[in-house]
Amino acid sequence: MIPEQTDGEDAWRPSSRELERRDVRRSLRRRSLAVATVATVVFFVAVWVVTVSSPGWPTVEATFFSGHDARAAMPSIWHAFWRYNVLLFLLGEALILVLAMVVALVRQSRTPLLLPLRIVAIVYTDLFRGIPTILLVFMLAFGMPALNLQGITNSLFFWGLVALVLSYGAYVAEVIRSGIESVHPSQIASADALGLTRFQAMRYVVVPQGVRRVIPPLLNDFVSLQKDTALVGAAGLFDAMFAARDYANFYFNFTPYTVVAGYFIVLTIPLARLTDHLQHRAMERERQGAR
Amino acid sequence: MSRDAALPDASALLEVRDLRKSYGDNVVLRDIDLTVQPHDVICLIGSSGSGKSTLLRCLNLLEEIDDGVISFAGREISDPRIDRREVRRHIGMVFQSYNLFPHLTVLDNCTLAPRRVHGVPKAEAEERARDLLARFGLADQAEKHPDRMSGGQQQRAALVRALCTRPTLLLLDEITAALDPELVGEVLTIVRELAEQGTTMILATHEMAFARDIATTVCFLDEGRILEHGPPAEILSSPREERTRRFLARVLPQT
Ligand SMILES: Nc1ncnc2c1ncn2[C@@H]1O[C@H](COP(=O)(O)OP(=O)(O)O)[C@@H](O)[C@H]1O
Ligand SMILES: [Mg+2]
Repeated sequence: MIPEQTDGEDAWRPSSRELERRDVRRSLRRRSLAVATVATVVFFVAVWVVTVSSPGWPTVEATFFSGHDARAAMPSIWHAFWRYNVLLFLLGEALILVLAMVVALVRQSRTPLLLPLRIVAIVYTDLFRGIPTILLVFMLAFGMPALNLQGITNSLFFWGLVALVLSYGAYVAEVIRSGIESVHPSQIASADALGLTRFQAMRYVVVPQGVRRVIPPLLNDFVSLQKDTALVGAAGLFDAMFAARDYANFYFNFTPYTVVAGYFIVLTIPLARLTDHLQHRAMERERQGAR
Repeated sequence: MSRDAALPDASALLEVRDLRKSYGDNVVLRDIDLTVQPHDVICLIGSSGSGKSTLLRCLNLLEEIDDGVISFAGREISDPRIDRREVRRHIGMVFQSYNLFPHLTVLDNCTLAPRRVHGVPKAEAEERARDLLARFGLADQAEKHPDRMSGGQQQRAALVRALCTRPTLLLLDEITAALDPELVGEVLTIVRELAEQGTTMILATHEMAFARDIATTVCFLDEGRILEHGPPAEILSSPREERTRRFLARVLPQT
């Protein structure tokens, strides 16, 4: 543990005081680790004991946590999950980002020519943030095919995707706009002073900073979107939720729902950790004193 | 100076021994020894990147040091078990880039620590802040937000914020760098006044005239070492080291 550092000109060896201090730091670290471990174990054991000792636990365990039913329901849920939910949100996230970025930029632009578009953008965000997502899914998934328009698809998947994109686009646009507006005006002044056009200032200076600031809430919205792909299942798409309902209704066991929940969780955690990591790295690179 | 003569054996307020600080493989400070008696005004000079800011940050325990000992008021504060916040109650710091809180008015910036850390009642804290603001020519700026003021005004407000907690040691990192030339003299007068009231100061500065004027000791930092130190007349007029001479030739073209 004791690094034998040499830096060329002066072969430095830590003084005895420093070695002593490292021991103290190490023991302080050990102590806080011990406190953290004990607190964590005590907390989770307490939660576990309270849950398992509750009178209804055996019934709950049999209906929600049955190993047999989990195994039996897994393949069809797994298939539906990848085929629909994952595809829905991967496509959805890409489209939402594009739509939201355009709406956000239009909303905060001050060009007179863009005023009509600004009005459209404002009405769009106000309207679509107000409509419950499930309503939008139903309206588009059932309403559009009912119009019997030539050349328009009746695909449930397509209209479900459109509904999600419209609904989430409005949220994400506002998140991005708040990020853009949080960038200090002096940054725009500096870009102006360098002769950048307003668009270049946005593209190279303001948007990169603004978007980075709102990555956590953006991630939040995307996690929420991943879960809301299940709403398309409510409209009849054979997604993971539908597959689980199918099994649950047939065998009178709710374990498949637990399985679906597990899939959604497993999907979101790596994304959350990855964003945390990227965010942390950018911070350390750019800011002195950030740890 | 006569002040020093009056306190020949007073125990040091701050004592640094063999301080070392590195960021990864980059050793930024090494073998730093520094003794600060009460009422001393220590000026740190040296080219950009020589470690002045880092040294000040180490003294305020904003950085974890890699070796050496820092004692403040007879107590080792480089001990990991020390309560850093307790130490910082007695040490004020003004940063190169002001670092005022942009969401608070100047007055709120100045009363935050006195009220929340030192438990000074609101009315008293505000009175104290307004007094100091008036002395620094900021009486009419108290209700403004920092971002609406000029750089010089912001730096003076930052100085007031540090003074409002009545620190026994004041660390100033190039505070005159951003001041309008006409205000440098005004701040200098105030800083000297503070010294006479018993405030001990360590300041990093590029203003050699300022250093010559108010320092009791000047330390020349070069690549993380205190290459030489002594009374300003000696260091600034007849330095021993060639590197000091070259540095001074760059910053004092007239001599
Ligand atoms: N947080 C940090 N991480 C890595 N290197 C740093 C950090 N802070 C300062 N340094 C390095 O330490 C050296 C001294 O910097 P500084 O103390 O700011 O010098 P000065 O204030 O004298 O201009 C510089 O080479 C700088 O790059
Ligand atoms: Mg500096």
